Amino acid sequence: MDVELLLTSTMTLASGIPLTLILALASLVIGLVLSVPLAFLRASGNRWVSLPVLAYTYVFRGTPLLVQLFIIYYGLGQIDFIRSSVLWHVLRDPFWCSLLAFSLNSAAYTTEVFRGGILAVPPGMIDAAQAIGMTPLQQKRKIILPIAFRGILPSYVNEVIALLKASSLASTVTLLEITGLSRKLVSETFAPYEIFIAAGILYLGLTSVFTSGFRMLETRWLNAPPKQAAPDGIAVKRVAHGS
Amino acid sequence: MDGFVLQFVEGLKTTVLLALISGALGMVVGLLAAAAKLSRFAPLRVVVGAYTTIVRGVPELLIILLIYFGGTVAISSFFGRYVEINAFSAGVLALTIVFGAYTAEIFRGAVLSISRGQIEAARSLGLHPWQTWLLIILPLMMRIALPALGNQWFSLIKETSLISIVGLTDIMRVAAVGAGSMRAPLTFYLAASALYLFLTSLALVVFNLLERHFAVRGH
Repeated sequence: MDVELLLTSTMTLASGIPLTLILALASLVIGLVLSVPLAFLRASGNRWVSLPVLAYTYVFRGTPLLVQLFIIYYGLGQIDFIRSSVLWHVLRDPFWCSLLAFSLNSAAYTTEVFRGGILAVPPGMIDAAQAIGMTPLQQKRKIILPIAFRGILPSYVNEVIALLKASSLASTVTLLEITGLSRKLVSETFAPYEIFIAAGILYLGLTSVFTSGFRMLETRWLNAPPKQAAPDGIAVKRVAHGS
Repeated sequence: MDGFVLQFVEGLKTTVLLALISGALGMVVGLLAAAAKLSRFAPLRVVVGAYTTIVRGVPELLIILLIYFGGTVAISSFFGRYVEINAFSAGVLALTIVFGAYTAEIFRGAVLSISRGQIEAARSLGLHPWQTWLLIILPLMMRIALPALGNQWFSLIKETSLISIVGLTDIMRVAAVGAGSMRAPLTFYLAASALYLFLTSLALVVFNLLERHFAVRGH
C-alpha cells in the first residue's frame, strides 16, 4: 500500500465530489417533490387512484437502478418518436439521463416511505383540522404533511444515504463523478487498492456528514433531547415555543 | 432473438446462483458479526463495528470494483504474471461482504429485542450457551428479523446486476450484449427488467410465506 499515492489520489478524486453531490441532491429534491402528491394518491382509499401509483413504485423498487439507467440512456434512443423530438437533446446527455433515472427511482422509494407517514398521522388530528374548518388542501399542507414528515425523518435518512451511494452508477454512463474518476485513474495507473480506497474514504466522509446533519435535524424537529444534554441526570425542561 | 432466449436463461441461472450463494454466506457473516457486536470483548466490537460502518457508508459498486481489480492485482503478484480474477467469485465475495454488514445490524437489533427473561429461563433450565443460541435466541430472533431480512434480500437481487460491470454474464450482461449486437437496447433492457421484477416478486412471495409460517398464532 502506497500511502503517498493514497493521499494524492484522494486529492484528485475530490474534484468529483461536486458532481456526486449535484446528482444526489438534485434527484433527492426532484424525488421529494414528485413523491408528495404521489404519496397522497397512494394513501387514498380509492383503488383506481392508488393502484397506478403502486404499479409505478413496485416496478421501480423491484428492478435494479442500473437497468433503469440503461433503459433511459441507451433504450429511449431506439424510439424514433423520441429521437426526432426536442427531448432528444436532453435524453442523449448522460448527466440528464442519470438525473432522470435517479429522480424517478428516488421518488418511488420516497412515495412508499411518505405513504407510511401519512397513514400514521393520528385520525384525531385530521378530525380536529376538519372541525376548525380547514379545506382538504389546508389539512394536507398544514397538518398531515408536517406530522408525516417528522415521523418519516429517521427512515428518510436511509434514502438520502442510499441515493448518495447510488449516484456512483453514473460512472457506468461515462460521467466522471467520484467513482467515474477513480475508474479512469485506475485504468491509467493500475493501482486499484490506493485509488478505490481513496474513493471509499471520500464517500464515507460524505455519508457521515449527511447522517450527522440529519441527526441534528431530528433533534431539532422531533424535540428529542440531544445526547448528554442533561448534566447529572437532571432533565432540562424545554418550553415549546409553538414551532 | 431465439439464441438470446437461451442466453437469458443462462444469465438468469447465474444471477440466481450468485444471489443465493452470497446471500447464504452473507447471513452467516451477519450472524457472526452480530454476535461479535454483542460480545463483551471490546476490541472485537470495535473491529466489527468499523466493518459494518465502512461497508454501509460506501457504494456497493466501489466495493465490487475494489475486490475485482484489487483481487486481480493480488493474484497476479502471487503468480508473477497477469491473472484475472473470476468475476463470479469476485461477485460472491463482494456481495457477501455487503450483505453481511447489513444483516449484522438487523440480527443485532433482533437479538436485543428478545426479552432477557427468555435467555435467563434457558440458563436456569441448564442449557449450554450454544444451546441457548441455537434453541432459544435464533428462532425468536428470526421472527423479528424477517421483514428487514426480506428487504435486504430484495436489495441483494438487484445488486447482483452490478457484477455485470466487471464482466459476469448475468441477466444484465446478456441484455447489454444483445442490446449492442441487435441494435435494440430498449427491447433487451426491458426484457432484463422483467426478469429482475420476476425474481424480486418471487422473493416477496417467499418472504410473505415465511412470515406467515413464523408468525405466532393469536398475535
